Amino acid sequence: MENKFYTITIYTENNVGLLNRVSGIFLKRHINIESINASSSEIQDVHKYVIVVHTTEDWVRKIIGQIEKQVEVIRAYYHTDEEIIYQESAIFKIKSDLLFDERQIQNIIKESNSQIVTVSREFFVIAKTGRRHEIEEVHDKLKPYGIMQFVRSGRISVSKETMEISKILQEFQEN
Amino acid sequence: METKTLQNKQENIGVKMKITGAEAVIRCLLAEGVDVLFGYPGGAIMPVYDELFKFQDKLHHVLTRHEQGAIHAAQGYARVNGKVGVAMATSGPGATNLVTGLADAQIDSTPVVCITGQVARHLLGSDAFQETDIVGISTPVTKWNCQVTMAEDIPAMIAKAFYIARTGRPGPVLVDITKNAQFQEFDFEYKPCTGIRSYKPVPKLNVEKIEAAAALINSAKKPMIVFGQGIILGEAEAELKAFVEKSGIPAAWTILGLSAMDSEHPLNVGMVGMHGNYAPNLLTNECDVLIALGMRFDDRVTGDLSRYAKQAKVVHFEIDPAEIDKNVKTEVAVLGDVKETLAAILPHIEEKTYPDWLKEFETLYQVELKKVIEPELNPEKEGLTMAEVINQINITSEQKAVIVSDVGQHQMFACRYAKFKQSKSNITSGGLGTMGFGLPAAMGAKMGAPDRPVVAIAGDGGYQMTIQELGTIFQTQIPVKIVVLNNEFLGMVRQWQQLFFDKRYASTEMINPDFVKIAEGYHIKAKKISKREELAASVQEMMQHEGAYFLEVMVEKEDNVFPMIPTGASVSECRLS
Ligand SMILES: Cc1ncc(C[n+]2csc(CCOP(=O)(O)OP(=O)(O)O)c2C)c(N)n1
Repeated sequence: MENKFYTITIYTENNVGLLNRVSGIFLKRHINIESINASSSEIQDVHKYVIVVHTTEDWVRKIIGQIEKQVEVIRAYYHTDEEIIYQESAIFKIKSDLLFDERQIQNIIKESNSQIVTVSREFFVIAKTGRRHEIEEVHDKLKPYGIMQFVRSGRISVSKETMEISKILQEFQEN
Repeated sequence: METKTLQNKQENIGVKMKITGAEAVIRCLLAEGVDVLFGYPGGAIMPVYDELFKFQDKLHHVLTRHEQGAIHAAQGYARVNGKVGVAMATSGPGATNLVTGLADAQIDSTPVVCITGQVARHLLGSDAFQETDIVGISTPVTKWNCQVTMAEDIPAMIAKAFYIARTGRPGPVLVDITKNAQFQEFDFEYKPCTGIRSYKPVPKLNVEKIEAAAALINSAKKPMIVFGQGIILGEAEAELKAFVEKSGIPAAWTILGLSAMDSEHPLNVGMVGMHGNYAPNLLTNECDVLIALGMRFDDRVTGDLSRYAKQAKVVHFEIDPAEIDKNVKTEVAVLGDVKETLAAILPHIEEKTYPDWLKEFETLYQVELKKVIEPELNPEKEGLTMAEVINQINITSEQKAVIVSDVGQHQMFACRYAKFKQSKSNITSGGLGTMGFGLPAAMGAKMGAPDRPVVAIAGDGGYQMTIQELGTIFQTQIPVKIVVLNNEFLGMVRQWQQLFFDKRYASTEMINPDFVKIAEGYHIKAKKISKREELAASVQEMMQHEGAYFLEVMVEKEDNVFPMIPTGASVSECRLS
């Protein structure tokens, strides 16, 4: 089976130790986490982890089983890139004088649909949201001019299919 | 006066009252029906011990000699009677000493609740004296764990702990309670936990799967059952028997499934796995339908997975969805509590017999009998064999004893040769293979089943890993029988060295102390034997003795356990010598 990117979405109770428990499952199977994001979800008091891994479908299925087994996990799903809408964001900090001296930088910002977040005397900050390769493109273009700081977020995504978490929670209430 | 007020409070369970977190811990345990717990005190758990002192007529605390002993005892207790075992320890080293037992209980699905003390909340994270992040450390080896820093959270968290430990696929749970929470007063009220919205302990029974499984089973020509501890944990022994007898299908067991079915049942075809019986191992690769009941295809059971039951269609009855297709691809997965699913499938099962197929088992059994079993039970060599000793225990105890084994060759001999009529009678560390498990687990088992004879079987190596629990046996007067099968080697490792490392016996020879004197030092009646003529009478004396008894049996030094499936080999390559 071939390795692919899989996006794992986990709906959880808000619990301090849970992220540790979940990441331990990847550790145990020696699977590198490409990116991870934890946030609130569409449902009150329900949290959502979005974890990207590069592995086989067989392994991702086994991992999902072991994640779902955790007491405080409500539900876990996995999707291929085709089955989701996903984004990442990145911000770049660059020396201010470049913005005015190098016309090219302004072109990069315009062409890549990046935004200027702030400009100060010493530096300016631009933000780019998009797919990973788009961010990488901007990064590669800016690199020759000197990037003072760079950071990229974990992937966030929504699935094309419905997740039906509310229904699951409702079923519990009714039982 | 003091007792009087306590008495009054006692009657008030369920009613709101102001008490300390420490007292709440005790009241929660009582409300959960706990009557005995195993533990070891220390600074961070002292307020709870203070309450234990006050409640000692209601709650029996057994002081072990090491926290590992406490948790193994709790495991032995849980496994012999199905209740949740409870262990208690202080923070730091007390808590970390529980880790081996937690890992053992996790992999063998044993319901255990551990309560640990923790430094006060304001000290958390400051590397305070005896602070360890036990929640972090124990996360991978617990079914669930939590830290409580406020007294008012204690009842709900302990209720949740017991609920999680015993429901679904059972497992160990740890509740870490900071010292300030133990001192704090609050309005106590106990409500047992009846559900957690993110947790579905038992998957819903699926009728279609039952029908599909039944169709496959009914159409089989050479079906075989392998059952595991799920039968015991689910208390599905009667359902298993009915299923086996109606279907006429031969049933084999994993080491943790042992005792779920009468050893002498005509359809009981023995143990599978590395040192299992010849017939069920070989025929795993001949059967057309393999029915797995509450077992998880551990690698010690399957050998090389790529050559395991490839010809067979697998029906897997299982409570834990994560086990489906984890190791072996299933044709039909029947999720649910095996007691329910077996009962549900029974009406769909055709009454059958498989005389030709059973003959294949019998033929292979005869081969094993002649090549392995007979020479073990009636040896021509001078030294005693481990199998002989186990067999003598069977005879003397009339197959009624609870056998608690440690880990090594003696464990394999115990599981191969012990015979049982009653379930929950074989207690051993299966998944983790924890040396040192036997003696403390036997103590716990005896406390959990006071009316049954309990015999610990250990090797001279593993015995010394928790030998200090003799102190507990003495102080608490636990009438457990202890048999050490002494081969003056770390036998199982020596066997591998002999077979796979050209007899290079690196660090496996043991120079042992006078075990009899050690037992006697603890005022435990003790005896050492080395001759066949002494065996029957000594076992008899041990079993008849009122209190604890230690019997050391000197056995052949370099015996090996066979059959054996070497690591990496297929079940078909099971060796008889
Ligand atoms: C805690 C622990 N350490 C090491 C091992 C590896 N090990 C497995 S069996 C064994 C030898 C056991 O020797 P002994 O207790 O004398 O029993 P015997 O095999 O001789 O019956 C060892 C060292 C283990 N299972 N557990």
